[in-house]
Amino acid sequence: MKKKLAVLLTGAMVMATLAGCGGASEEAAAPAAEAPAAEEEAPAAEAPAAEEEAPAAEAPAAEEEAPAAEEEAPAADAASGDLITVGIINNDPSESGYRTANDADLKAAFTEENGYSASFAYGNPAVGNANEDQVKAAQQFIQDGVDYLLLSAADTAGWDTVLQDAQDAGVQVILFDRTIDADESLYAASIVSDMDKEGQTAVDWLASQNLDTYNIIHLQGQMGSAAQQGRTKALDDKVAAEANWNMVEQQTASWNAENAQQIVQSVISSGKEFNVIYAENDDMAKGAVAALDAANISHGVGKDVIVMGFDCNKWALEELLAGNWNYDGQCNPFQSSYIDDVIKTLESGGTPAEKVIIMDEKGFDATTITQEDVDNYGI
Amino acid sequence: MANSETAKTSNAGFIKNLIRNQCFIPLAALLLLALFNLIADPSFFRITFGYNSAGNPVLSGFIIDIINNGSELAILAIGMTLVTAASGGQDISVGAAIAIAGSVILRVLCGGNARPETLQAPIIVAFLVACVVAMLFGAFNGVLVAYFKIQPMIATLILYTAGRSIAAWINNNELPVISDPRFAYFGGFIPGIPIPTPCFIAVACMIVIAIVLKVTNLRLYTQAVGINQSSSKLNGLNPEMIKVMAFVILGLCVAVAGLIKVSRVSSINYSVIAKDIEMDAILAVALGGNALSGGKFSMAASIIGAFVIQCLTTTLYKFGVSSTALPAYKAVVVILLVIVSAPTVREWFSTLTKKMKLSKEVA
Repeated sequence: MKKKLAVLLTGAMVMATLAGCGGASEEAAAPAAEAPAAEEEAPAAEAPAAEEEAPAAEAPAAEEEAPAAEEEAPAADAASGDLITVGIINNDPSESGYRTANDADLKAAFTEENGYSASFAYGNPAVGNANEDQVKAAQQFIQDGVDYLLLSAADTAGWDTVLQDAQDAGVQVILFDRTIDADESLYAASIVSDMDKEGQTAVDWLASQNLDTYNIIHLQGQMGSAAQQGRTKALDDKVAAEANWNMVEQQTASWNAENAQQIVQSVISSGKEFNVIYAENDDMAKGAVAALDAANISHGVGKDVIVMGFDCNKWALEELLAGNWNYDGQCNPFQSSYIDDVIKTLESGGTPAEKVIIMDEKGFDATTITQEDVDNYGI
Repeated sequence: MANSETAKTSNAGFIKNLIRNQCFIPLAALLLLALFNLIADPSFFRITFGYNSAGNPVLSGFIIDIINNGSELAILAIGMTLVTAASGGQDISVGAAIAIAGSVILRVLCGGNARPETLQAPIIVAFLVACVVAMLFGAFNGVLVAYFKIQPMIATLILYTAGRSIAAWINNNELPVISDPRFAYFGGFIPGIPIPTPCFIAVACMIVIAIVLKVTNLRLYTQAVGINQSSSKLNGLNPEMIKVMAFVILGLCVAVAGLIKVSRVSSINYSVIAKDIEMDAILAVALGGNALSGGKFSMAASIIGAFVIQCLTTTLYKFGVSSTALPAYKAVVVILLVIVSAPTVREWFSTLTKKMKLSKEVA
């Protein structure tokens, strides 16, 4: 086992030297960073890693021989009928319904039938340091010589070194879902949701309802998360700007249905008047509705209280279809088609028109939603 | 003359006994919170009778909210008190275990289909399966603690980290939704009964544990093991077995709390269900004045401690404390309560009062 590992390490170092077009200091950093990663994998993933290593290590080595023609090399691979290898680094699928749908979408898109050979790695905050695990996985993928590295980083910071390594090894990096604090030159494209826009779409919809007064219960997500900030900002701005928009209660329920239920119960018990529930995800909207039901306050289309949610869970869209809720804003988890486009562009020698690609995101109105929407957009 | 003297001493004795009683601190905290609410806004205590959207009678109001939402915590506090007393450590995996128990219940009820038209199994069967699963996980923790002598917090860290993933895996990462209204009874209202069902479940659990503590030797044995394991062994007890039993009982409490949790929303979200509830449960035990290093315990004090925490949460919600500041307020109150109820501080107080009395007599 140890011998194999030693061979692997030497192989990695040789590769790094071969790729040595850049500064020597960067190269020195690369094997040093790889060494602990390789050591830790030794007991668990040694055998399969070794198997994968042999063919994978050859491919990039061949590419390095013609460093000037870096972009042609993978294109030639595709032409000769080889699969495009992608290393996908995502967050734990059980994190949320969004992540589950996201992971399933990627798994369905990057298959051998579609011309890809994909490997997946996940960072799970419940098990360890998600970001560290992801960095290690990225190093492993670079070592394996993948063509593309797809990344949804757990943290925004700490990615410069590894992305530089990727660039030096000729691996193209595409960010999806979450952006990172790194120089734009280090990645080929970034495919993200615009949370500010999601919030703005929702608030615009609410404004279009032309209520006399808006008395709003605002249930926020985990404070500080990108989704919370984007979805809160639009509403905060509107409430500050309009005289007839009042914030009855603004409280974080941490994405949690039960906390939302307690908060709304508390507002009802204190006898405050409200006619809008703006929940930053579906779970919290559901909790709020449970509290409304218990107090016999009608909600939905043409009723006393307008209920708004986000994320477009299938069950939530069904509530819309039934007229129990009024609005649900989408947070698009289906990035694979966008990524596929980017890869196709890169493979054909082009560059994506924009570095940051913002996905289309809809907002569904209960009065216009159809069963088709539920089937197509429900996650 | 002599009469008033005795009256005085008996009066002092009564107060002394009251203060020495373990329930004093959590009860005082509860009264203080109640007093604060009474002064700030008496409508806190208003209970209104109305009908919910299904046309069933319900009671609502802050007091009802506290009793209702504090149920799970009170149930968990029962198990956590036993675990603390027996093993001298805490189980930090209860939140994750609730996710597992809830997931099992939904899995059995749905039979693999994320959105069943009808329930695939009776609710009682689903609940019993969840009980068995939760008790098995409890036994797993217990065995690690009792036989492998791993620190309870470290042993339960395993389930704490893995539990929510296991819960997601049980349902293939899907989020089942139960549409049958009967399932919502456990976390809501039974038609015709205006008091929330979780209250009844919590009271039932309290009665059961009270009877068990009264009739069996559970209290004696648990305390004996907690105070001195080797001497309890010399006296013919099996300390390992008793520790495992404490964790299994906590597992049972987890299953009950899990049923209430998933029933409240008829669904589950693996990553946030019962999040951080383990910390509240441990806090309830601490607020109850129980030594976290094990030994003697007061079940009633822990349960009151649980309601103190819920009362605090509801109060903060009521006053609309800004969401970013909420944890800070909670922390301040908790620090005060824990310090006041800490044994060393209480000792210091009692010596202080003794000294004062002494100086008075001298004068």
